[in-house]
Amino acid sequence: MPHDHDHPHSHLPSDPALRVKALETLLTDKGLVDPAALDAIIDLYQNKIGPQNGAQVVAKMWSDPDFHKQMIENPMPTLQEMGLYGRQGEHMVFVENTEDVHNMVVCTLCSCYPWPLLGIPPGWYKSDAYRARAVREPRAVLAEFGVTVPEGQKVRVWDSTAEVRYLVVPQRPAGTEGLSEEALAALVTRDSMIGTALALSPATQEPGA
Amino acid sequence: MSRIHDMGGRLGTGPVDPQDGYDFGDAKDWHKRALALNVACGFLGQWNIDASRHARELLNPQDYMAFSYYEKWMGGLADLMVDRGVLTAEELASGQAAGLSPVAARAAKPETVEAVLMNGSPYTRDGAAPRFEVGAQVRTRKPARNVAVPGGHTRLPSYAAGAVGEIVLRHGAHVFPDSNAHFKGEAAEPLYAVRFTAQELWGTEADPRDEVVLDLWESYLEPVA
Repeated sequence: MPHDHDHPHSHLPSDPALRVKALETLLTDKGLVDPAALDAIIDLYQNKIGPQNGAQVVAKMWSDPDFHKQMIENPMPTLQEMGLYGRQGEHMVFVENTEDVHNMVVCTLCSCYPWPLLGIPPGWYKSDAYRARAVREPRAVLAEFGVTVPEGQKVRVWDSTAEVRYLVVPQRPAGTEGLSEEALAALVTRDSMIGTALALSPATQEPGA
Repeated sequence: MSRIHDMGGRLGTGPVDPQDGYDFGDAKDWHKRALALNVACGFLGQWNIDASRHARELLNPQDYMAFSYYEKWMGGLADLMVDRGVLTAEELASGQAAGLSPVAARAAKPETVEAVLMNGSPYTRDGAAPRFEVGAQVRTRKPARNVAVPGGHTRLPSYAAGAVGEIVLRHGAHVFPDSNAHFKGEAAEPLYAVRFTAQELWGTEADPRDEVVLDLWESYLEPVA
């Protein structure tokens, strides 16, 4: 392990963009990195994987009782079949919002996040402020996202301390009876699956109860 | 006791900025490159996810707070590569490679990298049967620390140390970070989701309705009669 008081990274340039460039060049020269593989990794997480994957799952859970049961009881075989599987999403647990409970997810120790279903986490999710406060004063944090939790609804915060990844299933908005899975998926935002927003209302396209 | 990364409950951080929520596609190029470098270097098989987390945790507190997110990743990666002998400090300082690496054959390849990442890397293992039933009352270790490696990696946050909670999910046996981060073996243990009332963790100023759930390994827990 690296040791306290021994920080080789201080040898790198201080400008972060130059630091990355310097390390990539050195690793390429040593044959440890192929820049084309880096391009492929970026393409995967920029263009192929993102919150649209999670939204598809939530919309199907809202629409299809058998699928809903699978996702609650044993989601991984079905997610693998759907191609919604991979690094940082090997052990998914879906937590459902109800009239009694509002769920939200944080990683206080680092930035654990379900990559195959939501992509790369947003800046705020990785911020010191969110990591510090989501567990201690979740209602105040939710208010900063414009979410007011009703009287009588408890807030349950999931701190992702292991390799299990939690995804919030927001409450299905009113007025969505008969909508297709595709139309429903358009109402399921990234933040609603982290638990810092509600799903969008079909009438207003604004977060609503 | 705890290191700077152990952020849960820390006071004085200011508000959360929900607009700091760019899509990865809108991130700066060097952020994307830093993420890809970290992912690609994992393919070399010279460390594991727990070791890479621990390397970031070992950044000194001044660097940890001053560095942006991907700077922490780059700092941790550089330190880990030197520690594991993949690079030398001299190579890092000069930027000059002293020849091809002996593990170059393991480098991520553009044509297979996506398939490998989509294949996942599960952390469940065959292991001991869980000691606790769902509904059991348990108390967490206090202080939160790695009992085998002084100052070592642990996934018990300090805010949840010495607290009484209830087992709500049993996840099976998972690789144990306190061991794996130090290359002492996977040492899989039963993993549980444990629910605590907010007031148990934060005192009476917390909302009496609210709860926090953490994933905790069996050796972090003791039964409450």
